[in-house]
Amino acid sequence: MSESESEFDAYLSLTDVTEDDHRWAFGTGFADPLAGVDVTLQAGVNPSDAAALAERCLALGDDALIYSHRLQQWVTRAPELEEETALANIALDLLGQARLLLTRAGQAEGKNRDEDQLAFFRDEREFRNVRLVEHVDADFAELTARLLVFSAWRLALFDRLTADPDPVLAAIAAKAVKELTYHRDYAAAWVIRLGDGTDYSHAKAQAALDALWPLVGELDLDADAADYLDAVIAEATLTRPSAPPLAPVAGKTGRDGTHTEAMGYILAELQSVARANPDATW
Amino acid sequence: MVSARETAGSVPDPEFPALTIADLGILRDVREADGAVTVTITPTYSGCPAMAEIAADLRRRLERAGFREVAVRTELSPPWTTDWITPDGRRKLAEAGIAPPGQPAARGGPVLVPLAVPCPRCGSPDTRELSRFSGTACKALYQCQACREPFEHVKEY
Repeated sequence: MSESESEFDAYLSLTDVTEDDHRWAFGTGFADPLAGVDVTLQAGVNPSDAAALAERCLALGDDALIYSHRLQQWVTRAPELEEETALANIALDLLGQARLLLTRAGQAEGKNRDEDQLAFFRDEREFRNVRLVEHVDADFAELTARLLVFSAWRLALFDRLTADPDPVLAAIAAKAVKELTYHRDYAAAWVIRLGDGTDYSHAKAQAALDALWPLVGELDLDADAADYLDAVIAEATLTRPSAPPLAPVAGKTGRDGTHTEAMGYILAELQSVARANPDATW
Repeated sequence: MVSARETAGSVPDPEFPALTIADLGILRDVREADGAVTVTITPTYSGCPAMAEIAADLRRRLERAGFREVAVRTELSPPWTTDWITPDGRRKLAEAGIAPPGQPAARGGPVLVPLAVPCPRCGSPDTRELSRFSGTACKALYQCQACREPFEHVKEY
């Protein structure tokens, strides 16, 4: 073994990037995802508009953050390696959207909170995500049905946000639309394959839709998203459930900070390391 | 002295080291005035973890090339598209065994129908998609039915 090999330090090599060394590791060098973007709030924007922008970005950022975390939990548990790769990639896209949106929310609210402060140091009641994204998938059929509903809804929503008066939110939406189109397509292909498959897979796919439907009421689906879901459900030979929406608790739902039992477990996993080591950098 | 544009354009992409950020269309603009350089880059996907690395590499190379003041800007709009990959970039992808993207699929029916992706090794159009996603967000996994080789394909985007 030569001297240089004996001095090789695997950990150092992950972080010590030199000019001629293209190796580079995920987990190093994270910076503000909006670094270099012109983030000044438009001149003349009044405080209530800025607060409304902060709320919009926070809600959409929380949807992406919590759902990304749920998808990441499928890694090492997916039925096939290819699906695991797909889910990890979708989770990464959503995490990217969450980082941009939470960063923008922090700028608009003007309380000096960055994406990490918002993701790791808020309590459950301060999260504004819809309850659908907290749901624990019982099986792969629920995973794909939920991804279909979520991405069809979010795509229609973000299509409209590309015309948002805030140019930064509009730009974030325009990027996300392309990603969400691909996620929706992936999920639709699976729902059709399972629904229009064997008797067993059909029953599983229908049970998945039935289990999720009470959470769909909170989404405020527009006509585009509803039509799309109807088309996929019909193609999959499934029946659109008619279950009533999950009731609010004391008039409040996810967007008001009232969540299901599953939420506490997600936050415990998501936040415990950052809270135990609040000054750590990586 | 090498120009700022040439120096910035020589930065390799961390995920496709055979290609530069200029080949991939990530490099949007290079402006130079009185020794100060402003470089504008755009991410491929929202979650692209390589942006910080690309920005650091740009600063390092430009400073080494003699530019004292280097600023790196990120631009989100218009969003990156595979149409911005240059002909040279497409050739380098194919040489690296990665099928370059074709035309972006139109949004319409419930499921996108991708066009045939020819095998980057033997050229056969008889290939099939193994997975919609691959090692990175921007690629899908294919297999050639003629030569049996699996290969990656940069998705139309």
